[in-house]
Amino acid sequence: MDENLISINNLTFGYGKELLHKDINMEFNRGKVSAIMGGSGCGKTTILKLIGGQLKPNSGSVTVDGKVVHEQDREGLQCIRRKMGMLFQHGALFTDLSVYENVAFPMREHTDLPENVIKDLVLLKLNAVGLRGAHKKMPAELSGGMARRVALARAISLDPDIIMYDEPFAGLDPISMAVICDLIRSLNDALGATSIIVTHDVAETFSFADYIYFLADGSVAAEGSPKQLLASKLPFVKQFIHSEKDGPVPFHTEAPSYQSDLSL
Amino acid sequence: MERVKLDIWVGIFVALGIIAMFYLATRVGNLTSNDVKKTYEVKAYFENIGGLKPRAAVKASGVVVGRIGSIVFDPEAFHAVVKIDIDQRYEFPLDTFANIYTAGLLGEQYLSLEAGGDDVNLKAGDLIVHTQDAVVLEKLISQFLYSSAGDDKDKNKDKD
Amino acid sequence: MMNNILNFLENLGASARSSLAGLGACVRLFFLTIIYSSDSFKRFNLTIKEIYFTGVLSLVIIIVSAFFVGMVLGLQGYYTLEKYGSSEAIGVLVALALVRELGPVVTALLFAGRAGTAITAEIGLMKTTEQLSAMEMMAVSPIARIVAPRFWAGMISMPILATVFSMVGILGGYFIAVLVIGVDDGAFWSQMQANVDFHNDIVDGAIKSVVFGFACTLIALYQGLVAPPTAEGVSRATTKTVVISSLSVLGLDFVLTSFMFV
Repeated sequence: MDENLISINNLTFGYGKELLHKDINMEFNRGKVSAIMGGSGCGKTTILKLIGGQLKPNSGSVTVDGKVVHEQDREGLQCIRRKMGMLFQHGALFTDLSVYENVAFPMREHTDLPENVIKDLVLLKLNAVGLRGAHKKMPAELSGGMARRVALARAISLDPDIIMYDEPFAGLDPISMAVICDLIRSLNDALGATSIIVTHDVAETFSFADYIYFLADGSVAAEGSPKQLLASKLPFVKQFIHSEKDGPVPFHTEAPSYQSDLSL
Repeated sequence: MERVKLDIWVGIFVALGIIAMFYLATRVGNLTSNDVKKTYEVKAYFENIGGLKPRAAVKASGVVVGRIGSIVFDPEAFHAVVKIDIDQRYEFPLDTFANIYTAGLLGEQYLSLEAGGDDVNLKAGDLIVHTQDAVVLEKLISQFLYSSAGDDKDKNKDKD
Repeated sequence: MMNNILNFLENLGASARSSLAGLGACVRLFFLTIIYSSDSFKRFNLTIKEIYFTGVLSLVIIIVSAFFVGMVLGLQGYYTLEKYGSSEAIGVLVALALVRELGPVVTALLFAGRAGTAITAEIGLMKTTEQLSAMEMMAVSPIARIVAPRFWAGMISMPILATVFSMVGILGGYFIAVLVIGVDDGAFWSQMQANVDFHNDIVDGAIKSVVFGFACTLIALYQGLVAPPTAEGVSRATTKTVVISSLSVLGLDFVLTSFMFV
């Protein structure tokens, strides 16, 4: 069995003329929690979309479990996606369905399970994220943190092999952040899944991730386990990890000289 | 939204639509029982059909007894062939007159059937022999002009 | 000066090209909807829910508007016909105007404003909050689950609404002409029945309403799907739905009328 469940080979991608990713190589091992980090707008979320087949690369390939994603037909793509669960940045719960219905949605669409079995499974998933008591509520009644947890329960609805998280810590209070951290690690281990997290939260991620990729300027600037990166001498990594205001990623965007702007 | 309540409302909605259609068809339109009854077809030849159109009324004594089926031009005999669908309830003798009249002063034209006295009745496919063409306004006027011109000529002749 | 003219022409060309591209994309959406329509009928509950939201909830505005339109027709028609001594033809006037034109067209315009904007806003918001993306990632086609049921709901609702409009409008005309003004009851209905042909008038009006339903629903769905995922984007999209739907309905009305009634 291939150690890499997902591998990205020589990937080049851009919306239009500007390339977002230039010849990137990444590998995600089975059963591990990997993180993709980088500044805003460097194309982290786009990698998730490329893995899920929502976007096609300009050149290079993304391979999931031996199958090249962008070469799949509709059936093949459905097959790959059924093995994936994705947690979107703000939950993306279906607003016209209740919490219970949201978590039951993948089961109803892809399986023929009878209602009582679905009920048991839904409550099981909700219990795993600690929201079994909220199953009758509508998404509008939930707080941000709770909505994200329900979305997580929905993402693991069919016990996926791959779980992807798009900025799971963005905008959460410290307690909710700790909860999500814990859930990501424990669910990954309990399900034997492979998790990929896109984030720029250093402290949280470094506490439980197995392997981290840094993206900058369209390529992998650094990669390694948290220990390796903490010890790294690379200026970009240091700036990011130690939250420095200025460094390889400059504070000032490109502009003509200050003097000429002030017309002196 | 519970399923049962939803279904009830949608059912009411569709039923309303069907009722409305039914209402329009029967009370507003002319889809009377006549149109769905069985008919038999007879032919008639006309030199000039005037403004007669397919689906125009065919009346006997002013009562609608059928509809015009189709009107085509016969290029060999140079007359119009009008196919008439008559309600099966009504039978007409062989020597029936088929005349094209106008409803009202400037209204639509319709076909009027005036029964003759024959013992034998028209069957499907028969030809109505006695026909009267539509009145064409221009011919009427020119007739009037020529006949009055003729009168004047006679008067002048008498004077001389 | 020259620059301005050139810019203007360039913008005109660009907007013409984007309109054509939009039309093409709409056609493609239609074919995709048809291909993915099996779910809308196998799980008819989805479609029924949408028929409720587009059709049943529009009933109130349709019925009220129809009644007023019918009454106005009765009023205006009576005073005009009376000058020619033909006030008894008021029934024919009201019925033909409604069944042939006002029923399908006004219903379509109201439908675009009420149900069309609701569809566009809903889908636009689903796009903005990534619900459509989430659905895609769960291997469920948003076209099959969201777009197709709404499309068929619109196609079913519109003719029903238009027919109801015609019926209520005629009753409104009857109310004014016979009950208020005093035109003869018998003459009202008999003249109408003599001059309104089921096949030519009523059926053709129904065909029009089906075509309008198709256009309005498809435009609403398309605008929702391509709305930029921002608050401003969605609001602009709903405006576009109303404007484009209305213009299409009026344009199609002209085309269909010239086929059917001439």
